[in-house]
Amino acid sequence: MTMSAETRHAAAARVTCEDLVVFLNACFCCTGQREFYSDGHAQTVSIEFLHDYIRGNYRRLYARTLAAGVNHFNRARIVTELLASSRHLGPGERRDEGRLVVAALRSLPAPRAYRALLAVRARGVNNRRLRAIVRDFLSSRPDLQFDAIKYRDKLRDLILHTHLRLPGELGGFLFKGWKQRRYATPLLETFRQAHFSDEAMYELPFTVAEGMAARRNIDRAVFLRKIAPRLTALERLRLQNTAAREGVKELAIDLARAGLTRVAIYLLSLPSAERRERRAELQAALDGAARRCLREAPLALGRVAAVLDRSYSTTGSPDKPRRSLAVALGIDALLRAASAEYMSFWTPAEGDPLLAGPRGQTDLTGPLLDALEARPELVVVVSDGFDNDPTGGAGEVCRVFKARLDPEGRTTIVHINPVFDAPELGPRRLGPGVPTLGLRDAEDLPTALAFARFAAGDLSLGELEDYLARRVDVFLRRAEVAPLEEGA
Amino acid sequence: MKFDDTSEGLGLRGLQVAPAQAFGAVRLVPLLKEHVREDLRLGTLEFKDRRPHAVGLRGQADAPTVAYCSYIPHAYVLRWSSDGTAVAARGAALTDKQLGLREVGGVRVLHRMVRQEEPGALRFLPLHLAMEGFLSLHFGGPDVAWSEYSRQALSHGLSPRRERAVLGSYVHGLEDAVRMFEIHERQVGALVFVADALAAMVVFPHPDDYRALHRSLVRDFFGELVYQYAILYDDVPAHRVAVREAEISDLAGLRAAVARARADWTAFTADMAAGVLRETLRWKTVHRTGPFRLRRFMSALRPDEDNHIGEAIVRDSGELEYCKTFRLSAAQVRRAYLLEKLAQHHWDLARTAESLGVEVPALLVRLRNAGFGYLLKEHVLKNLPSGTV
Repeated sequence: MTMSAETRHAAAARVTCEDLVVFLNACFCCTGQREFYSDGHAQTVSIEFLHDYIRGNYRRLYARTLAAGVNHFNRARIVTELLASSRHLGPGERRDEGRLVVAALRSLPAPRAYRALLAVRARGVNNRRLRAIVRDFLSSRPDLQFDAIKYRDKLRDLILHTHLRLPGELGGFLFKGWKQRRYATPLLETFRQAHFSDEAMYELPFTVAEGMAARRNIDRAVFLRKIAPRLTALERLRLQNTAAREGVKELAIDLARAGLTRVAIYLLSLPSAERRERRAELQAALDGAARRCLREAPLALGRVAAVLDRSYSTTGSPDKPRRSLAVALGIDALLRAASAEYMSFWTPAEGDPLLAGPRGQTDLTGPLLDALEARPELVVVVSDGFDNDPTGGAGEVCRVFKARLDPEGRTTIVHINPVFDAPELGPRRLGPGVPTLGLRDAEDLPTALAFARFAAGDLSLGELEDYLARRVDVFLRRAEVAPLEEGA
Repeated sequence: MKFDDTSEGLGLRGLQVAPAQAFGAVRLVPLLKEHVREDLRLGTLEFKDRRPHAVGLRGQADAPTVAYCSYIPHAYVLRWSSDGTAVAARGAALTDKQLGLREVGGVRVLHRMVRQEEPGALRFLPLHLAMEGFLSLHFGGPDVAWSEYSRQALSHGLSPRRERAVLGSYVHGLEDAVRMFEIHERQVGALVFVADALAAMVVFPHPDDYRALHRSLVRDFFGELVYQYAILYDDVPAHRVAVREAEISDLAGLRAAVARARADWTAFTADMAAGVLRETLRWKTVHRTGPFRLRRFMSALRPDEDNHIGEAIVRDSGELEYCKTFRLSAAQVRRAYLLEKLAQHHWDLARTAESLGVEVPALLVRLRNAGFGYLLKEHVLKNLPSGTV
């Protein structure tokens, strides 16, 4: 039997759409780090294969996924892949890709952007296109002197590779060694002086000063107290436990400004006695973070029920300790703030979600049935997809519920999965009837819900392209880059 | 070894089977306790320092040259109260003196393998009781001095008698499975299947004891068959529940259907463990205190079935409080089977061969291949065909 050209075309479009949905879903949650159920190597192999496959087959769409809200790890990886292989591209394609890459580099945290560019160097690629993009990236950095101090090796390696000219004293600073002269630029001069004076050291960024302090055997508590004004918000959050151990009071954080998932991870890191003591404060911080998050990405929902997993597997791995549980806590807070009516069903059900740690088996079936009994419009299941009491129960409930009890589709069920399952090349699914969405940060829930219709397989390639085109426009506008020429 | 009782397997009195969790070739099935009681607790005693340990022998505890040497990762300390009041597991809090530890030339010697540490506390070594029972099976050797048996067999019995076992962490995939397993709230035990063959059954007295000792599963020892199965098989299918959608008309019906499917699977897993739960076992009571009996058991040793040895603490009401089993490999069963048959016929080779339905030379070959060549005189073994018969 031969297919007509039209059928063949439709089949190809459907395959493209499905491949892309798998890839995007993987890019939302995978970070190449070890997870509870698979090691880091399996994760890396799995995600590398997906990148190779999508870049090789659908290069135009591959570049556009940069704008779809994929996580930093995958955004950096896509940039590297695009820059490392461009020999067969036409001039128009190069220009469009270039704009997406520039916008992506601007949207990434500095160390990740530098690492992505250095990964191209590791592949042995050096061409005019790369040099132009690096030049553009460096000129867009708000303070290159600061980069030269904080990311000294990275910037130096990048310049060594691309032979670009650096402004002012930077060239000499990076390549001739800081010992040779005095600097007119204040920051560089501070760095030079910091090698001789303690006061100057405390003017430097934390990561730079930390090494110097260790070399001079400065007491950790003294160092933390004095460097406190220089810490970034994330460093502050990360150092909370150290500060508590060392008895440093100056490092108090303002929980009212941290991101939702960060707050959740922080509160899960506290010992249970302290959590019980500060329960009201922590709950308020979590709710505040959820409201702030909704201000940036509005989400208005009606009657919502959530089934949230806090079984033992949400312990995560040494690389991502308790991350799945933190995401579940974050989504719980976010949905409570975003919906008119909200019910949450935890598994296992016992205990206060804010105080309990990861423990026990995963019974999604019971809580899911409880949630469905309340007849909500939307049911959000947050789980790693390994339900074991009984195995596969949740998928079966969703399938039968859709087929027999709710054929009109009054209730939508969405599965949010913070864990990338390496053998499945994506977040593990509950069953064929439920769209499964990968998610790294609870803050990205609105993006994920918008993507849910694609994950459900309801929409065509044309619609997916339109969706990507809209995201590309916003992405480029936000990074102040000219729009694409060929149209997205 | 004389058995004092034969009964219909361990059974599951007081225990519930929960759905299995499969990881690669290993399937772990949680066993939950219906009513948790506090009057019996088990703790481990970790031998933290890496020095070798030895155990003094009965009657010769102080003789420096006589000791039993074994791989001992930890000992269990059992505490109980006879009147049903709660006791706490505090195995690691025992002092060296309480343990009867003494130093002999850098080796820490434990006083006896099973020892009453204080009233209401008993220290013993995991699976030791079961293994010792198995090794001492007809250990005395021939009780009639038939001319075929070597002088060594007649004067020293089966000594040295040895069997091999594999450390749990060498069983491919077991360590990962134990790490990823999610412990239930009332869980006191587990059935361990490797490639869907029952490898071990573990039950502890209290859910907290199980939580503390769950990881010690990789430090238990397993039979050779379990080790090979773990290498040969990559995967076992998950026990996924399925519901017939045509029968469902409302959510309550769906809930009931899922519960039914779950119950079917758990009943099926209990069937998979029939080797220790249902088949006939032979028992011997070793120690009795309060309402508890410490017993060891062995299955009927039929070469064509799976055979298990083990030890258990059983309450007078029949509830299983502690249990550990070991699956014998085919070669081990064959050896024990031959010994039993010989003993049944007073070590008469001709009658034994007849009862097995073979000629005497064939029985001799089987004995030699099973590693019992040292029991027979050299000229008897001469001119026997090589290989199997």
